[in-house]
Amino acid sequence: MALNSKIPEGPIKDKWTDYKNHINLVNPANKRHIDVIVVGTGLAGGSAAATLAELGYNVKAFAYQDSPRRAHSIAAQGGINAAKNYMGDGDSTYRLFYDTVKGGDYRSREANVYRLAEVSANIIDQCVAQGVPFARDYGGLLDNRSFGGVLVSRTFYAKGQTGQQLLLGAYSAMNRQIARGKIEMFNRHEMLDVVKVNGKARGIIARNLITGEIERHSAHAVVIATGGYGNVYYLSTNAMGSNATAAWKIHKKGAFFANPCFTQIHPTCIPRSGDYQSKLTLMSESLRNDGRIWVPKHIEDAKSLQQRKMKPTDIPEENRDYFLERRYPAFGNLVPRDVASRAAKERCDAGFGVNATGEAVYLDFAAAIERYGKTQAKIQNLENPSKEKIYDLGRAIVEEKYGNLFQMYEKIVDEDPYKTPMMIYPATHYTMGGIWVDYNLMTTVNGLYCIGEANFSEHGANRLGASALMQGLADGYFVLPYTIGDYLSNEIRTGKIPTNTPEFDEAENDVKERLNFFINNKGEHSVDYYHKKLGKIMWDKVGMSRNAQGLISAMAEIKELREDFWKNVKVPGKLDEMNPELEKAGRVADFLELGELFAKDALMRNESCGGHFREESVELDGEQKGEAKRNDKEYAFVAAWEYKGEPSAAVLHKEELEFKDIELKQRSYK
Amino acid sequence: MSGFFKSSIGRKVAMALSALFLMFFLLQHFAINILSVFSENAFNEVSHFMGTNFLIQFVLQPVLIFGVVFHFIMGFILEIRNNKARQISYVKNNGSANSTWMSRNMIYTGLVILAFIILHFIDFWFPEINTKYIQGDMSGVHEGVEGYRYFHELQEKFVSPIRVGAYVIAFIFLSLHLMHGFASAFQSMGGSTIRKKSLQSIGKAYSILIPLGFIFIALYHHFNH
Amino acid sequence: MTNNQQLKYMNLTLKIWRQEDSKAKGRMVDYKVTEISEHMSFLEMMDVLNEQLVNKGEDPVAFDHDCREGICGMCSMYINGEAHGPDRGVTTCQLHMRMFKDGDTITIEPFRATAFPVIKDLVVDRSSFERIQQAGGYISVNTSGNTQDANSIPISKHAADEAMDAAMCIGCGACVASCKNSSAMLFVGAKVSQYALLPQGQVEAADRVRNMVAQMDLEGFGNCTNTGACEIECPKGISLENIARMNRELMKASI
Repeated sequence: MALNSKIPEGPIKDKWTDYKNHINLVNPANKRHIDVIVVGTGLAGGSAAATLAELGYNVKAFAYQDSPRRAHSIAAQGGINAAKNYMGDGDSTYRLFYDTVKGGDYRSREANVYRLAEVSANIIDQCVAQGVPFARDYGGLLDNRSFGGVLVSRTFYAKGQTGQQLLLGAYSAMNRQIARGKIEMFNRHEMLDVVKVNGKARGIIARNLITGEIERHSAHAVVIATGGYGNVYYLSTNAMGSNATAAWKIHKKGAFFANPCFTQIHPTCIPRSGDYQSKLTLMSESLRNDGRIWVPKHIEDAKSLQQRKMKPTDIPEENRDYFLERRYPAFGNLVPRDVASRAAKERCDAGFGVNATGEAVYLDFAAAIERYGKTQAKIQNLENPSKEKIYDLGRAIVEEKYGNLFQMYEKIVDEDPYKTPMMIYPATHYTMGGIWVDYNLMTTVNGLYCIGEANFSEHGANRLGASALMQGLADGYFVLPYTIGDYLSNEIRTGKIPTNTPEFDEAENDVKERLNFFINNKGEHSVDYYHKKLGKIMWDKVGMSRNAQGLISAMAEIKELREDFWKNVKVPGKLDEMNPELEKAGRVADFLELGELFAKDALMRNESCGGHFREESVELDGEQKGEAKRNDKEYAFVAAWEYKGEPSAAVLHKEELEFKDIELKQRSYK
Repeated sequence: MSGFFKSSIGRKVAMALSALFLMFFLLQHFAINILSVFSENAFNEVSHFMGTNFLIQFVLQPVLIFGVVFHFIMGFILEIRNNKARQISYVKNNGSANSTWMSRNMIYTGLVILAFIILHFIDFWFPEINTKYIQGDMSGVHEGVEGYRYFHELQEKFVSPIRVGAYVIAFIFLSLHLMHGFASAFQSMGGSTIRKKSLQSIGKAYSILIPLGFIFIALYHHFNH
Repeated sequence: MTNNQQLKYMNLTLKIWRQEDSKAKGRMVDYKVTEISEHMSFLEMMDVLNEQLVNKGEDPVAFDHDCREGICGMCSMYINGEAHGPDRGVTTCQLHMRMFKDGDTITIEPFRATAFPVIKDLVVDRSSFERIQQAGGYISVNTSGNTQDANSIPISKHAADEAMDAAMCIGCGACVASCKNSSAMLFVGAKVSQYALLPQGQVEAADRVRNMVAQMDLEGFGNCTNTGACEIECPKGISLENIARMNRELMKASI
């Protein structure tokens, strides 16, 4: 099967408008007879469900939590980008488009990214109309901040809880439609398979997580908006329940999975403190604006720190290695996420980690406090201020900027980051890869759509800060509701889809069989035992830096682990009750397959690109020596994998990427 | 508007309105009683006026009684409803970690006050009603007493140390009730936090000074008999 | 400074509410956990217990949790007599074991309210919150891409900040759980306030507050008696002022 991305013809800036002008529409009277299933109700799913219902479709929405408001979009802190140019600093749709393609290391589709930049401004208008309380300045107009190394201020924010406020906006729009009866909401339900009838997605099998009942739901189209697969690493900044099951199930039913190896490791997370650790907490990237990252210069000092025989403040300035400033003098501590993460790992691997696990580096605000303190002293006309006075003045400024983050850190780590440097370490955060979709956001299965983080998306090989929220809402509010109409215009005569057909029988039986297996398999090890083992393989061999040998062995190890899982997993409880262990078992079973495809994709892509770093592909000499080397000649394509029974047997389909509006360049931060 | 008073918020506004009315009444009652400490004559004059004025006796007095009864009945209704809102109670509940004893025990302090009001009615109100409206003696004088009888009756009542003790205890409970009730009534009426601080101080002063004053009056007459 | 100290481990006794399903009668059951690190979060301690139970072939304790960073509002435990435990400004997932001592007995119960029936063990059904939101917790504006420009209505920074403070609510239900009357007024007040403070929300403010309060009453939540427990236990510090504002809004809407 050849991939057809269905990118419209014409100049890039007219593509989306022309396209919308020419696609088929469904008349309002007919929309009433058309059902759409939306699985996942985060920013993408929630906004899509609300908008589809407003348009008049009958929407059935599914969430595994007890409310759409709990989806993990809620945890996004920093902000949302939009090309509004409110700051008058020269921002434009083109600039946002350019920054996103470049930031993604030239592995995304130009037309999609341009469309994203185009609708970004509408998102802000829409959210303000919904009552999202974005930050404002004293004149009453919206405030913007700069983010992630771009040259303009285009990030809208609501304190440190932008994701929460945007999600609650989409949630409120959903609530309005639920009250009108246009959305039927299924909370505490998990999709366990998609049902295809005559090649078209026609429904899902879902489990009621309270009663354990297996349910059939039919529709004329199915939208998957279930987020990313970061939890394949066990430890990540994702929620505990975040999973890839819906995406993996549709992959097994014919939807191609694209670029699984493009994963974002975020540099500023709170380090692991022990083996019991269940998840990692992200600290906003904005901290790197003022914090200096360092480890000790001498290995003996590092050893003493690891054994808690020494405090970081005992190490004099000349014995500290500010490794980002040393390696990247131009960008210093503000290099992109992938670069900062790899540099920290490199130091820790060499033995310079600073906590008991040896996996942490310092993020130090002492210099910032002193600098701000001195400036403040000048502003306040203080002559010869004492050291303490400078500290107090500087601390006040730092507190104003990052107070809530410092407080969060102190709650978790129980150390005062104003006095001792913070400890940070990279953690899996976002997955750029996902289900392959065309320009309409339709997967390779007819009538099956995938939006938000779950699709392979507009972020290429690396996502810029404040772009995830933008993409989720763009897909849900402004793209999918139009493009799905083109497909549904052919469904107006179909009538209600029956659920008593052999296709539904078969899908339901498969689901039940698998669940029965888990309950009846009186194995030895808990689900978490396997999940942790998988996470360790992924982190060690398919983590921040990868090589062919490691990837080959990772594939073998994951396969072996998977086989052991299917023999020895132990799931307590019953089928017909609330059973969190059973839920986890299904999710981990899918991660055990996805992980292998992930490694296979990473092995195939023998270039370093964005979040994917291959040790074999580095610059060998010149100024960039040792840095990531992209290979546009051989790898400027989207790798879309077709399921063939085993992850290792997946077949690669290439969507060649064409860059007409942007020139390909190697990223440099030296 | 009728729908408003059926809603939970409407009920608490009604509770607050009756509370504010009762607190105003309490202030007035106190003002008259404290006269008894300074001037027997003034106290008698005012008491006689209050006891015989048509407007006060037949308009304000019924309103007051309605206010008292309403406040109690509404309090009981809300308590029952609130108890229904949590049918299984906690095995371990650490209420003192997040709220004052007074705020959690309004029903109990209220019940003590109710008991007191009954005692108070037996002491003063029923004899008054009996004298004035059943025996028809509106003169306000009593055999063997010079001038009006009110001050004399007042002093007679506070001879008994048991009664004085009961009054003192009741006023302590009234104080506890008011300590939460005063600010709470304003909050229920939509009082804003900007004025909260000053409201809370006034509330504290009110809920301590007024009951303390009543206690003082009772003790004063007990010891100066 | 923990840096220079040896890690502290604790042995604890847990008294946990176990209830098979919504119809079953529940009871408190005692468990022992050992070698709990002070750096663990409370839920990680619960993970340790559950791993132990699974390995013994017993049913693990069901509890709600998801983001484990204090924002999703899913976790909901009543620990030693307080919603989200003894620490302030945190959800259960952010509560750390350093708040406890070796040898402690910890009582863990579900959030209790008639409007929050227990589903299983420590998991409660908070769909009453959903229905209150559906009754009016929104602004009736369609997604169109043609809404007016975001900057066309200036909003004072003060009002926007206050609306944001109200909007921080995570809908966990700690306010209901802590309230002696199981009142939901802090939750409803926060949503009513967020919209009442913004010009976009003022258009339908009267209907909103009437409908949301009516639904709240219908769900069987108790009545606020201004004890202030909700504000103290709220992990996001939502102010009581929001309840006062809701009272004003309803009075305004009723006149």
